[in-house]
Amino acid sequence: MDDADYARAKRRRARNLKLWLAFLLAPPAAILIVFVFLPMASAVLYSLYEWDGLVRKEFIGLENFADILLNPNKNTLLFNAFWNNVKVFFSLMIVQNGIALVLALLLARNPRGYRFYQVVFFVPVILSTVIIGFQWKMFLNPVFGLVNKALHYVGLSDWALPWLGLPETALPSMLLVNSWHWFGFPTLVFLAAIHRIPKDFIEAARLDGASEWRIAREIIWPLMAPAVTIIVVLTFIGSFNWFEIPYIMNGLEGSPQGSTDMLGLLFYRTAFGSVSAGGSDFGSGSALAVLMFIFIFVFSIIATKYLTSREVEMS
Amino acid sequence: MEKKRNAGFETWLMHIFLGGSALVVLYPIFMMVMSGFKTNAEIFGTPFALPKSLNFDNYAVIWNTTDVPRYLLNSTIVTAISVAVLLITGTMAAYAISRYKFRGSIMVSLFFLAGLMLPLRLAIIPLFVQLKAMGLVDNLLGLIFIYTAMSLPSTVFILTGFLRALPSELEDSARVDGASELRIMVQIMVPLITPAMVIAGIYNAVPIWNDFFFPLIFIQTPENKTLAQGLTSFFGEYSVNFGVLYAGLTLAALPVVAVFIIQSKRFIAGMTAGAIK
Repeated sequence: MDDADYARAKRRRARNLKLWLAFLLAPPAAILIVFVFLPMASAVLYSLYEWDGLVRKEFIGLENFADILLNPNKNTLLFNAFWNNVKVFFSLMIVQNGIALVLALLLARNPRGYRFYQVVFFVPVILSTVIIGFQWKMFLNPVFGLVNKALHYVGLSDWALPWLGLPETALPSMLLVNSWHWFGFPTLVFLAAIHRIPKDFIEAARLDGASEWRIAREIIWPLMAPAVTIIVVLTFIGSFNWFEIPYIMNGLEGSPQGSTDMLGLLFYRTAFGSVSAGGSDFGSGSALAVLMFIFIFVFSIIATKYLTSREVEMS
Repeated sequence: MEKKRNAGFETWLMHIFLGGSALVVLYPIFMMVMSGFKTNAEIFGTPFALPKSLNFDNYAVIWNTTDVPRYLLNSTIVTAISVAVLLITGTMAAYAISRYKFRGSIMVSLFFLAGLMLPLRLAIIPLFVQLKAMGLVDNLLGLIFIYTAMSLPSTVFILTGFLRALPSELEDSARVDGASELRIMVQIMVPLITPAMVIAGIYNAVPIWNDFFFPLIFIQTPENKTLAQGLTSFFGEYSVNFGVLYAGLTLAALPVVAVFIIQSKRFIAGMTAGAIK
């Protein structure tokens, strides 16, 4: 009798626990399925169909992919945009993350004003890209912008260029704006990584008379490798999804002369239509999205694997 | 002696570099704020001078004749509700994953973490079709669902880490006393992870507040636009009135910067949470 009661109570508890877990997991899982997994899976499906506006027509296999990759009218745009994204990645790695590394190494020495610098460097990071894009678009205005006004004041009128209007200067200008926007993020991530290095390592080297440069290169740099991995991968993902700055500063067409065209802009134009791309094309747009996803995903994995293997090797 | 002087020079160089960087950040922001108090004539004539007076005319124009106040309200609504729903549902999932042993629990946690790898903006086309069918296009509720879904994986990830670290003695003794699972969760365990919830909240609130991409595609009517998106239409309307534009940018930046200055430590910890192990 007692045993049966006990077993029944145990069963009831188990059933209640199942209900409780279902209650906890069902709402978040439902939101995630409906608004993330379902659309992601549909994107693959959509890319295999021909579309007429919002209406799905017939199954055409990989024709959308062949069209964007092989049709000479379209693939020049694609390769141009892709090449620009590549430039963005390498430039940001050097300028944005390079500056961040130097600043992190300096802040790690705990200078006067440490807190102040931390806060100041992070201010642009928390601001909306839209605010920063417009702010610098106004500063870079060829006639009324502060940049050119300042150049006039210091007697460098010849240097006052229509920065966003020339194919040679538009992308570099945007990259500097992007670096201004984000450099505080890698700075503080690097700084946190340096702080986790045991103090004795650095102190011992300093007592042995090693120069700051040698300490940075031979002790700090290898030991902060995990943070570098994360920043490289995040910069890679950010560079190939780059959209807001070029869109805000020079519009959807990647002007002038396609010099600021990016995969993100091309995707938007293909999917939702534009002056140059014509009406919206959900099939080609989805195919482009799938290609971008595969590319970003595969390279992120490879980069993580490669960089992580270096971490082990060095430490 | 030689070495000492060298160290002094190095310190000096370090301060120049750090100070210069701070100036490069602060001066443009300072110019933006100052220009918001200027008339167009002042901006074009004496661009680097301080404004003649603290003239709030540009702000009056924004407040009285544009939709910017409406955009501010919409962004506040969307961010607040998204973060609230996100923290509630995120805590539920993280709690189930981290505090109970059940069959398939590893699969469930992988399911939530897989979301970390999926850049949702590449699924914007199906998302658009789907939201259209659900009547959620041009609707703040659509944005709220997207933001919640998009932010759930990172929230579950952050909170699971903290919940796993809590000792089980607390739960066990409450269970012996006959407390229900719900009561144990809400009254005992969740209060212990509020710092982690703040971090997860900030980590997601800032990108949600600043987001421009999803409203660009899903919101059309001015009454429903969010701040970041609304600024683009505002810039179209006032494209020649630089004073009003600078004031608009300053106004848009103000809420986030104000909260950041008060809570800078938490902000920095929150926003770098995904990148620091």
